[in-house]
Parts: sequence; structure tokens; C-alpha cells
Amino acid sequence: METAPASSWRRQNASYNLVGNKCEKCGAVYFPSRIICKNCGRESKLREHKLSGDGEVYSYTKITAPSDTFKDDAPYTIGMIKTAEGPFIEGHVVDNGKDVKIGAKVRTVLRRMYADGEEGLIHYHYKFELI
Amino acid sequence: MRDVAIIGVGLTKFGERWEVGLRGLMAEAGLAALQDAKISSDEVDMVYGSTMASGRFVGQEHVAAMLADQLGFNNVPATRIENACASGGSALRQGYIACASGAVDMVVVGGVEKMTDVTTSEATTALGGAGDQEWELAQGITFPGLYALMARRHMHEYGTTEEQMAAVAVKNHENGHKNKYAQYRKLITVDDVMKSKVIADPLKVLDCSPITDGAAVVVLAPLDKAKKYTDTPIKIVSSAQASDSLGLAQRESLTEIKATRIAADDAFRQAKLGRGDIDLIEVHDCFTIAEIMAMEDLGFYKKGQAAKAIADGETRLNAKLSVNTSGGLKACGHPVGATGVKQAVEVVWQLRGEAGDRQVKGAEVGMTHNVGGSGATAVVHILKRVN
Ligand SMILES: [Zn+2]
Repeated sequence: METAPASSWRRQNASYNLVGNKCEKCGAVYFPSRIICKNCGRESKLREHKLSGDGEVYSYTKITAPSDTFKDDAPYTIGMIKTAEGPFIEGHVVDNGKDVKIGAKVRTVLRRMYADGEEGLIHYHYKFELI
Repeated sequence: MRDVAIIGVGLTKFGERWEVGLRGLMAEAGLAALQDAKISSDEVDMVYGSTMASGRFVGQEHVAAMLADQLGFNNVPATRIENACASGGSALRQGYIACASGAVDMVVVGGVEKMTDVTTSEATTALGGAGDQEWELAQGITFPGLYALMARRHMHEYGTTEEQMAAVAVKNHENGHKNKYAQYRKLITVDDVMKSKVIADPLKVLDCSPITDGAAVVVLAPLDKAKKYTDTPIKIVSSAQASDSLGLAQRESLTEIKATRIAADDAFRQAKLGRGDIDLIEVHDCFTIAEIMAMEDLGFYKKGQAAKAIADGETRLNAKLSVNTSGGLKACGHPVGATGVKQAVEVVWQLRGEAGDRQVKGAEVGMTHNVGGSGATAVVHILKRVN
């Protein structure tokens, strides 16, 4: 499935720089960003907030039956990462020869995610690297 | 609100139905339901139709009008309900509300999915839409991958094993073996599951519900008019639904489907019944781990205790509590938009004593549990035989 260029563009601050947001009223941190704070509703005061990219593996799986978009990449590992700032993020865990396990420390790296065909856009995205 | 009963049910054979398309499946189940209810088409006041992704699977949207037309319900209001894999249960709930409110009398609720016209990877993409498209599917996280993340964490926190998960599939195939509508009627062993192809570890292909064509239809009427049509009306004693974050990452826990817990608590409150009153349940076992979590989240077992109980046989047919007598999503099949309605069809057959070889002895109260996505929607109904 191709991703509309505008769709990738809209998310680039999150997908390249790990920018979510934080509610100045209650302190809740969100990734991806929300328009309305879950705690504060219409009183929300959400401001951009960049996550450090540090975290640990909370759960993981190796995908061997992918969707069309990722069919040339399988098998690959997906992690549920608990970030240092609190939010959980799901993403690729890059293979750097280390064993993935629950509790393993990770940091984010920017990597190629997928391409829309031979001549289409190449999408880049954060992934997680085991430290 | 007035009492509502199911007065007729119909189901297609589930499986790879290459010979029949979307409209044929709907008509097959619909006709069976009309014959079962012994009503004529012009007695129907309204239709709810459910599919999850007919647009992706066969390019057809607007299926409720198609259902109404195929069954000859001239010009009645017809509305599609979509809530991913919980579309069917959600449609049943909307039909219940419409009838209970007094706005209409006779409501037909039909669920359908025609999934086998596309390749497996196309189906995987379509089903991925049940989760968060931007932050899960577009990151390469498949739908089985989401449940694999839950399974791994459940194993970590509670010591749940792959063999215990496999036991869920073995039990559901035992029941499917006895169901002529089931996609898989073959008995399997724990060893078969353990040796099957890995999809998203720890989940293997025999931990996963299959890709299925099928349709299910029920006919609802006010309870006080139901006796006109049937000697065994099945009363809907509760109808509950809850939602949660679309994405798994935003949930409070990976080892609980909170929407299930909320809907179940509400359903038991409405019915004024306890867990011990339930004779059978059709639970949403899209993956084996999902049945384990469902039995905990519905309140039948404490967190971390369902896996062992299931592996010990407590939820086999006519054991302590009969679970997924139809074979569940695993063995009966999972045509996503039809599943929630099919669960009600199975419970109705059981409560009427019409389930043949897989009959739960003395069944009086049954329950259905239908989940959308990785838990963003849960729908629970409790049905009871009235004499
Ligand atoms: Zn806030």
C-alpha cells in the first residue's frame, strides 16, 4: 500500500525527530501528539515535547507474515517500547546482533522504513536499536 | 426500553466459499433466518448490516442496502455498522436498541465478510486497519503482531506458556469437529500447533483464526410479540459495549482488554446475573491468547489463571463452563463482519437445545463476546431462554 506523500510529511516531526506533546496543565506526555489532553479535555494546554529516544523493551515479536508493504523485509522484530518519558511506542527493533528481550535498553535511530515501489518515495522513520 | 427477543437465526457454511460472492452469502444466511423465524419479507421494519472491510476485500461498500434488497425487504431503512472485527456484535446491539426503544418492531441484523477473493498479504493489510493505521500498520505491525505483543507480555507476567495457548486451539477444534457449519472440522494436537508455521512469534498459524467467507443473520422482535412466531424466543437480557484507545501502545495494560472488562461488568449488571449463571460463552478467540485474556477479563478467572484452567480442560464442551461450542473463531472461522452475529446464532441454537452433538446440557443462559481490533471495541450480550 502506498502512503500519500502528504501523510508522511504531516507526521515527519514525530517520525524523524520523536516529537510528541506535553500538557502544561497536568504534565501528561503524549506520543504521538494529541489535540486534546485525555485528562484536561477542553482545558488542555498541549505544547510540543521531544522525547529523548531512550527506553526499554516492554514486549516484542518477530513478524514472519507481513503485510504487502513489508513483504521483502520479513522477518523483522517489532518492539513495544516503554520510553524514559512514559509513553509506550511500537516500532521496529533493528537487528544489530544483540538479543532482544524484555527489559533490554534501547535508543532510537533514524532508518529507511520502506519505499513506494521502484521510483516512489522512500519513507524514513525512527527505529529502535538495542544498546 | 422494552424486552427484545431473537426469533430467528441463519448461518452459511463458513470456509473458502469460492462458488459464492458477498450477496450470495448474505442471501443464504438471510433466507435461513427468515425461514427459521417463519416471517415474510414485508414484516421486516429495519435492517442493520455489518462488514469490516468489504471495500477492501471485494470493492463493495453500502452492503446493508444490498442485504435488504436481496432479501426482498422493500425500501426499509438499512444501515451498515462497521467496528472492525466487532462489527457484527455492534450491529446486533444497534438492532437491539432500535427494537427496545419502540422505534421499530422487527429488525434484521446481518453480518457478512467475503475474504478469500484476495491474497493472504492483501487480507493482512485489510485486517491491519482494525488497529492504528498510521502508528501500527504503517510501521509494519500486523494484526497478529499486536496479539503477539500481548501474548509475550502475558507469558512474562503470568508464566503463560505456548503449550497452554495451543490448548485453546485444540479445544476449539474439538468443538468445530462437531459443527457442520465450521471451516475446520479436523482434530488437532498441541504438537500440531507447536510445529505449525510461525506468524508473529510466539503465535503460530494454528494460534490464529483463519481467513473465512461467511454470513450470519438474526431476526429481532419485541418479546411480547415474539410468541406469535416461535415457542422458544431467546431474550436479550443484556447488551453492553465499551471502547478504548485504537492503538495498543496507548492502553493501560498489554495483558488486559479493558473494554471487555467494562462491557462484561455492565452486561452482568443489566442482566442481574453472576458469572456462575452462565452455561456457555462464545468468546472472541481471534488468537489463542485472546481467549485466555477474555476468560480473565470477562471475570471467569483471575488474571493469570485462565491459561492453566483451559489447558486442564475446564472450558471443554460440558466441562465446568462450555466455551466456544461452535469451534470459535479459530475452528468455525472468522469472516470478520459476520462473527459477532454468528456468536449469537450459536448461543440461540444452544439455548433452544438444537446444537446436536455439541449441545451444552441444560443450557439456559449464554453469552457472546466480540472484540474489535486489538481491543478498541468490545461488545458483550447475554441471552436467556424464556418459557
Ligand atoms: Zn492535561
